[in-house]
Amino acid sequence: MTVLETKDLGINFGGLQALDDVYLKIEEKEIIGLIGPNGAGKTTVFNLLTGVYTPTKGAIRFEGKSIIGKKPYQINRLGIARTFQNIRLFKNMTVLDNIKAAMSQNMKYSALTAILRLPAYWREERDASDSALELLKLFDMEDTADQLAANLPYGRQRKLEILRALASGPKLLLLDEPAAGMNPTETRELMETIHRIRELFGVSILLIEHDMSLVMGVCERIYVLDYGTLIASGTPEEIRGNEQVIKAYLGG
Amino acid sequence: MDKRKKNKLLVYIVNFLLTALVFAALVFLIDSGTLDRMQSNLLSLVCINVILAVSLNLVTGVLGQLVLGHAGFMLVGAYAAALFTKNSGLPLDIAFPIGLILAGIVSALFSVVIGIPALRLKGDYLAIITLGFGEIIRVVANNLGFTGGAMGLSGISTIATRQNPAGMFIYAFVIVVLVVFVMFTFGRSRHGRAVIAIREDEIAAEASGVNTTYYKLLAFVIAAFIAGVAGGLYAHHVGVVDPSKFDFNKSVEILIMVVLGGMGSITGSIISATVLTLLPELLRGWLGDFANYRMLIYSIILIIVMLFRPTGLLGRYEVTVSSVFGKVKGFITRRRSSKKEV
Repeated sequence: MTVLETKDLGINFGGLQALDDVYLKIEEKEIIGLIGPNGAGKTTVFNLLTGVYTPTKGAIRFEGKSIIGKKPYQINRLGIARTFQNIRLFKNMTVLDNIKAAMSQNMKYSALTAILRLPAYWREERDASDSALELLKLFDMEDTADQLAANLPYGRQRKLEILRALASGPKLLLLDEPAAGMNPTETRELMETIHRIRELFGVSILLIEHDMSLVMGVCERIYVLDYGTLIASGTPEEIRGNEQVIKAYLGG
Repeated sequence: MDKRKKNKLLVYIVNFLLTALVFAALVFLIDSGTLDRMQSNLLSLVCINVILAVSLNLVTGVLGQLVLGHAGFMLVGAYAAALFTKNSGLPLDIAFPIGLILAGIVSALFSVVIGIPALRLKGDYLAIITLGFGEIIRVVANNLGFTGGAMGLSGISTIATRQNPAGMFIYAFVIVVLVVFVMFTFGRSRHGRAVIAIREDEIAAEASGVNTTYYKLLAFVIAAFIAGVAGGLYAHHVGVVDPSKFDFNKSVEILIMVVLGGMGSITGSIISATVLTLLPELLRGWLGDFANYRMLIYSIILIIVMLFRPTGLLGRYEVTVSSVFGKVKGFITRRRSSKKEV
């Protein structure tokens, strides 16, 4: 089943065609890479998929339905969650609250129930805490639950951001440079984690990455962007040998 | 799990008992005449300022949006409550509580009208628009007939009377307790987390499924409702309302209380509103012949606090029964262990 499909997607920033003719197709439980030189428009694709920008042309279909014009929070609730290139955590909230903040949509109690502290409040809060702790266990981070997110080391902040994205229960996970700033060992760990996330949560994953060892190691298919247009797509082997891709990366 | 529940219950009981104790003691002091009329009036004013500071704290501290027209909502509430009690014909004991609720509702309606356009935008628009609202509403009240123009409304029945000197204080204190309780419980719910998440990172909050426009508006409307109630209290505290009382300076005064207490800290707002209301009066007594310099000293104190505690007195921390318990417990165990070492 196709989870996400874009057709002829493009956006124009005041005369600058930042993206043009982007066709993506992501099947259920696939891990897809999106690569390209700096400024190729990779993050712009993410911003279009998550509703931060509205495309000026083309179509985005998520599980068969168009999501163009929907607000970012609506798209998140439909099942697309993302992380950011420069980590965006709720820094002065605890690690646990960071995750619970993303679970809000699955909780039902009203503001009045919360103020009156009715049983529904306690029950739903406890359930949310339990499942947040369960998520933290995935990265062996349950001991950090009560720390402020700002006090976590860099690597764990990246992991927390992934967990927060997972907390909203997505069907498609967008990771924007998850390996940025990680050393080779951490990157290898991340590759395993990405596989594990797919198995555990049954999500499709679209990731932007510059670290080729990660991209080639983990992705089943790769799309290559250059100057806002797709120049290639295919399996890692096909991409590795594609002349246009090599040219885009090495110049000339 | 069971122990945690027990602890929670204990915290509730201790909080309740402490509050009841303070309340009973103060009411007794006022009723017995130990505190004179001026002093008990000052206590009511402290309560009103605490309500204002705590409500502004929700928007400016917890939500992270600057509001420069909080006195405007207070004005709306003050006029709404005063006009109701003056014209309803109901006995004051019934008219006053209804008037307070009405004050909150009218003020909240105004905030919806202002908030919907302002809060859809990101950035400082809310500050500018609320600043404009605060000034406009004051000028309007200054010129309308039914608000009494520049003379304002006078002859509003005051709640504290010779027979019942603690009357106003009781109302004000009970409302403080209600407001603070609501703030704490709201802040620690999924709704409160959404509001804090917006302060921390609006883009990430929206990407995590938080309807940012809705929650910004919700926090803003709750704050305006409470400010309106505080305005209604104020009107029946002094007995007259005139527009000049609710100018930009009043808004800034409330904002200073929030900033000084620590943005986002409810207990910080309570403490700083109390101190900043009492300080000028206390200085008047202490300084004797130099009483004219009290506002100068007040300003110097503010500057010193901001220099040494730029995040406010409490930062984002809360003084709660459990945190105090924890501190005391830690202190005792440390002393015990150090004794053993000796």
